[in-house]
Amino acid sequence: MEDSRRQFLKVAGTAAVGLSAAPAISAVAASGGHGAQPHVRKGADALTAKQWGLVIDTTKLDHEKIERIVEACHKTHNVPDISAEKVGEKTAVRHEIKWIWETHFHNAFTDQPSKYISEEVEERPFLVLCNHCEEPPCVQACPTEATFKRPDGIVIMDFHRCIGCRFCMAACPYGSRSFNLRDPRPFIKETNLAFPTRTKGVVEKCNFCAERLAVGKPPACVEASEGAIIFGDLEDPHSEIREVLREHHTIRRKASLGTGPAVYYII
Amino acid sequence: MNDKGKIIAGIVIFFVVASFPFWLNMFLEKGPAPELVLTPKAKAAEKCVRDTQFMTANHMQLLDEWRDTVVRKAERIYVNAEGKEFNMSLSNTCLDCHSNKAEFCDRCHDYASIEPYCWDCHIDNPKETK
Amino acid sequence: MLEYAIKGDKKYYGWIAVLLGLIGVGFGFYLWQLKFGLGITGLSRDVSWGFYIAQLTYMVGVAAGGVMVVMPYYLHDYKAFGRITILGEFLAIASLIVCMLSVVVDLGQPMRLFNVIIHFSPHSMLFYDMIVLNGYLFLNLVIGWNVLQAERNGTHYPKWVTPLIYLSIPFAISIHTVTAFLYCGLPGRHFWLTAILAPRFLASAFAAGPALLVLLSLIIRKVSNFDPGREQIQTLAKIITYALIANLFFFGCEIFVAFYSNIPGHMDHIKYLFVGMHGHGVLVPWMWTSMALMVLALILLIPPITRHNESVLAVACVMLFIGAWIDKGLGLISAGFVPNPLHEVNEYMPTFPEVMITIGVYAIGALVLTILYKVTIGVKEEVRA
Repeated sequence: MEDSRRQFLKVAGTAAVGLSAAPAISAVAASGGHGAQPHVRKGADALTAKQWGLVIDTTKLDHEKIERIVEACHKTHNVPDISAEKVGEKTAVRHEIKWIWETHFHNAFTDQPSKYISEEVEERPFLVLCNHCEEPPCVQACPTEATFKRPDGIVIMDFHRCIGCRFCMAACPYGSRSFNLRDPRPFIKETNLAFPTRTKGVVEKCNFCAERLAVGKPPACVEASEGAIIFGDLEDPHSEIREVLREHHTIRRKASLGTGPAVYYII
Repeated sequence: MNDKGKIIAGIVIFFVVASFPFWLNMFLEKGPAPELVLTPKAKAAEKCVRDTQFMTANHMQLLDEWRDTVVRKAERIYVNAEGKEFNMSLSNTCLDCHSNKAEFCDRCHDYASIEPYCWDCHIDNPKETK
Repeated sequence: MLEYAIKGDKKYYGWIAVLLGLIGVGFGFYLWQLKFGLGITGLSRDVSWGFYIAQLTYMVGVAAGGVMVVMPYYLHDYKAFGRITILGEFLAIASLIVCMLSVVVDLGQPMRLFNVIIHFSPHSMLFYDMIVLNGYLFLNLVIGWNVLQAERNGTHYPKWVTPLIYLSIPFAISIHTVTAFLYCGLPGRHFWLTAILAPRFLASAFAAGPALLVLLSLIIRKVSNFDPGREQIQTLAKIITYALIANLFFFGCEIFVAFYSNIPGHMDHIKYLFVGMHGHGVLVPWMWTSMALMVLALILLIPPITRHNESVLAVACVMLFIGAWIDKGLGLISAGFVPNPLHEVNEYMPTFPEVMITIGVYAIGALVLTILYKVTIGVKEEVRA
């Protein structure tokens, strides 16, 4: 069988000459066929970049807008709502799962505490999510490469591979990760049939809507934000996002840690 | 040492116990292999992404490759030997044709006493819930 | 030699039965955890590691502490420890089993455990932790068994064991160093982000491990005809004293750096532990108890007159063992997560099922230790007879 032979070659090659040779071997195996070999490719509409990033214009956001954004994200990705009514207040806090959520300035920017902060900023709601870091500590920590950084900069989870050790949660300086402490399915109000749910025992977080980018759509939060969130390629100097970054002063969360967050905030 | 007898007896007992499931299956009435039921849509398509023989024997390897390709390489389109394109999605492509999971997937898995954990996350059947 | 493990009196079998009972209960709770998920524990989104990982951390220390009898005997030719090196090595084996099981019960998807090997990632500290823990376990098994067998046969252990013994010394240091590296390399967790974490781990390990060994030696003397020896226990007591001083000194260094520099991120977690934060402070009484126990233990250990009295020494060892356990097994891990990265305070306390599963894990360790020590005592008694 063609595929099992390829599989065998891969495994044998890895075992014999070490991991470095494996890509070469599978490349040879893949190109060895004649003409009509089954193959895979990206969709024609897929959006690509070198480092996806976001600029969040916090001046354009209010509670209602943020609620809509959070709902759009959580609905799209079947994020369970483990609410206090269902499991009690204490359990709800512990078992909570969130990809994107609202918080205060002093929670989002813990290393920038102005003693005398503008009242308006203190009141203003802030949106926080995974920063898709340039140097992600979670990826470094993961013992199975279940969390990894894609060539387009997205830090993404392979839920199939996650063993639930939660090293990534300890490593993340932004508290962006949630762990399925229980089966999430009973807590999903409306299931989005186009996206899988998760199983208990795996970590999850924002995936920058990789599944939407693949079919040419912007991330759900960007779409729901009505212009308050701009997304684009941070490495492309001609991109819209770079234009916005040139025009506005922005800050990033805990930039001093050297993780290189790809989410910028206009204050 | 003169415990040869005991050691050999021990080894024999170990192997009998360890291989018990095989013995049991040999003598158990298994019944005929379940029949695969195809939906009209699947019938009309005539061919799956690969030929039937390949799919019967290797669908799990194919799905394993698919999930790696989609999640890890961000390549979501599968082009088969005939040049036909498929979105590599268990819930949205496979189960779109095979919308009868109970008759198409579960029967055979039950017969082989396999419990794939695909369904812990991937939604059973988009058609039914619609 | 294993036959010694099945020749015991009623008390021995009673003890084994108790342990098996505890293992059974723990396993029952574990099945519940497997079915429901880790939600039955006190763990949360904010405090994502708790009691289980803390036991790993603590027992890695106990395992590493075994090297404190191995090193003087094999490297410094301190003959007296020849009697008890095997006890140190077997204690390391049992502790490592507790460590590994603690990791396994902590996993959300334990069936995927071997992904760590299949998809090995040399950038992850957990990968190295797996290697050194398994390596140290393997070394101790091979060394312990061969040395004991040689003692029984009245011969010298095989030559090839010697390099393994030397290798086991850096391994002992590395198991605790790498375990500290799990925590101290994480950019956002200021409580752990300190170069002194690994040395502090080692210091507490070299205190708590030998303290347990002293207690076990005293028990062995009581329940068997084998006496680990007064001189041996006294030497261990000195090692414990120095290690405890180092441990408290390192802790003092931490306090100094955090509070003299006055950097909030470094002070917050320590404040949470010792005075509480935003009205939350479940660990405050525990931490003060821990400090009190360790300081009292030190007061009893330093003057020769109290240290030489074995009853007082035993009390000091118990205090030290419990004090270090609270410090590492309760405070150190969960406090790293409180306050969380957004400076919110969500506290952690282990739940009843979580404690029962942990007791089950410890019971497995105790069972392994009992059997290994039974064999050892059997051999020692036979050799002397």
